[in-house]
Amino acid sequence: MTSTINSAEFRANNLKTTLVLGVIAVVLAILPWALGHFFESGNSWLRAVDFALLYIMLALGLNIVVGYAGLLDLGYIAFYAVGAYTFALLNSPHLQAVIPEWLFQPNFFVMMLIAAFVAGVFGVLLGSPTLKLRGDYLAIVTLGFGEIIRIFMNNLDRPINITNGPQGINNIPAVQFAGYDLGRPIEFLGVSFEKIHLYYYLILAMCFFIIFVSMRLQRSRIGRAWVAIREDEIAANAMGINTRNVKLLAFAMGASFGGVAGALFASFQGFVSPESFTLMESIMVLAMVVLGGMGNIPGVILGAVIVSITPEILRDVINPLQQALVGRKVVDPENLRMLIFGLAMIVIMLVRPAGLWPSKQRRAELAPKTKTISQQENDSLQDAERNHD
Amino acid sequence: MDIFLQQIINGLVIGSIYALIALGYTMVYGIMQLINFAHGEVVMIGAMVTITCINFLLGHHFNLSGPALLLVGLLMAIPVSMVLGYTIEKVAYRPLRRAPRLAPLITAIGVSIVLQQLAMLIWGRNYRPFPAILPTEVYSIGGASITQVQVAIVVLTLLLMAGMYFLIEKTKMGRAMRATAQNPEVAKLMGVNVNHIISMTFVIGSALGAMAGVMVAANYDQAHAYMGFMIGLKAFTAAVLGGIGNLGGAVLGGLLLGVIESLGAGYLGDLTGGVLGSNYKDILAFVVLILVLVFRPSGLMGERVAERA
Repeated sequence: MTSTINSAEFRANNLKTTLVLGVIAVVLAILPWALGHFFESGNSWLRAVDFALLYIMLALGLNIVVGYAGLLDLGYIAFYAVGAYTFALLNSPHLQAVIPEWLFQPNFFVMMLIAAFVAGVFGVLLGSPTLKLRGDYLAIVTLGFGEIIRIFMNNLDRPINITNGPQGINNIPAVQFAGYDLGRPIEFLGVSFEKIHLYYYLILAMCFFIIFVSMRLQRSRIGRAWVAIREDEIAANAMGINTRNVKLLAFAMGASFGGVAGALFASFQGFVSPESFTLMESIMVLAMVVLGGMGNIPGVILGAVIVSITPEILRDVINPLQQALVGRKVVDPENLRMLIFGLAMIVIMLVRPAGLWPSKQRRAELAPKTKTISQQENDSLQDAERNHD
Repeated sequence: MDIFLQQIINGLVIGSIYALIALGYTMVYGIMQLINFAHGEVVMIGAMVTITCINFLLGHHFNLSGPALLLVGLLMAIPVSMVLGYTIEKVAYRPLRRAPRLAPLITAIGVSIVLQQLAMLIWGRNYRPFPAILPTEVYSIGGASITQVQVAIVVLTLLLMAGMYFLIEKTKMGRAMRATAQNPEVAKLMGVNVNHIISMTFVIGSALGAMAGVMVAANYDQAHAYMGFMIGLKAFTAAVLGGIGNLGGAVLGGLLLGVIESLGAGYLGDLTGGVLGSNYKDILAFVVLILVLVFRPSGLMGERVAERA
């Protein structure tokens, strides 16, 4: 009897989930056209959406390190940079001149995999000397690592030109696969798809892939091992988890997500330069993870969307608002926009300390407030009185 | 040899400023286990207020000597920074004391962004030159030169550090601070007003920060709305290098970092045959940090923390 109810419930739930997913899919599919239809500057909005999708990937990658494994990483953008530069270098003419064509034919997905792999190796490189470090010591070392990578990218134009220094690498060709060139408009069913649209779908597809991998990882043996380490490393060790390998895997996994996003970024943007990979970017990705709700995939996605889109919306809103209210430009809208953004970060955190959309487990952990000393005192006094009687 | 001495002197000067800022980080960390990311911005505001104040006085033809002008500027900047530090703690950190650990880190970043942008709105996006009011006399020690301003910086930081040592180790408030750092709950039971102590920690740290900000501006002859970020980062690195939460460690880490950076800027190019130039000096600081932490995971003077309480 109960089983039939449960299965009916299950079916209803399943239907609901399918419906929600279906609606999301339709919305995402027509989003580029909707943006183009409703906004004059539809393409710049689409660009913002493309970047938001890249940030979702980054945030999910950082979520593995910070959210699951509980290792505070303040230099995460380094892996994004490594992915982007790897992709750019693989596409550069001088590499293709060195390696014979029969050995290496530039295929977008192969190059993206290489970028992810190289980023993963860098993840292990960062992880291995820092295994013993905890909390904020780890944070500062990862921060230093991020800066080291950026400074190298800025200066490796001498003695041998590898990264082309502060100018960065230009003219990265657009993605080509199955005979299509994503850099040129493609006619399909009588509709012309521009580069920005094509990339939207490509990045969206990769984003879904990353979300899928994240979800599977979370419930896997490895995912549970990460959470165990986050909660109590010694206990996890005692339970037979090889904490060293599992931690390194967290770094490598998170880094490779960043590498994928970096490769897409390089190819979408067409150039890479060190200034895209500053510490502030690392901090922003961390803010996405924490604001959204650490360890919870929908929360992290929400956080990434809010943190990356809000400044763009403010950019469009502030100046007209200022004109309407005061009639002239009083303060620099660029500063005002970041000011409001900073205030929003503070307010969100104050109102929802566990993030906008925390995982159920985390919410449960935070709900029963630990008793204050005075409450404990009262309790023990009452106990003592009871025993006395 | 005189270049070596010169680099050491420069390193010690900038290092003592790092140390002063690092004290602010490490005091807050010792008591609340919180990286106060906004501390660098407090340093910047201190420098900016002082410069504005001096320029105002100069513009209104107050006939004061250079050091007197600076003193008035500092007397304006220090209270401003103190109020700022107090407010930051009250608004952004206190409500989150029982929240997940990363929550206050994010509000700290938020505060940092807000202060940076406010400074940009008030003082603009250009470099502000430090008014040329200070004596420019240069002393020479064994072939190396040191300006009077640099001497003043080192002497003043030494005095401030001695003062901090006295405050922490010898006064009643210092004892309350140490007690709060060890265990806030028990400190509360012993009659310590923990909230007050935490506020005071922020206020004192901010005052030190404001003075350090003025020193940075005087040493480099300029100030900028974004200067707090980098200097804060360096000082925080110094605090971690020495062992965060440890006052002596902050001083040691600051001086060490300053000297390493300075020597790196001077010698990196020669040592590597021009392969690595002085633009790698920032890397050197971080590489040393990583090496130190690999062998001493809790910093040079940090106490070995128990695995888990």
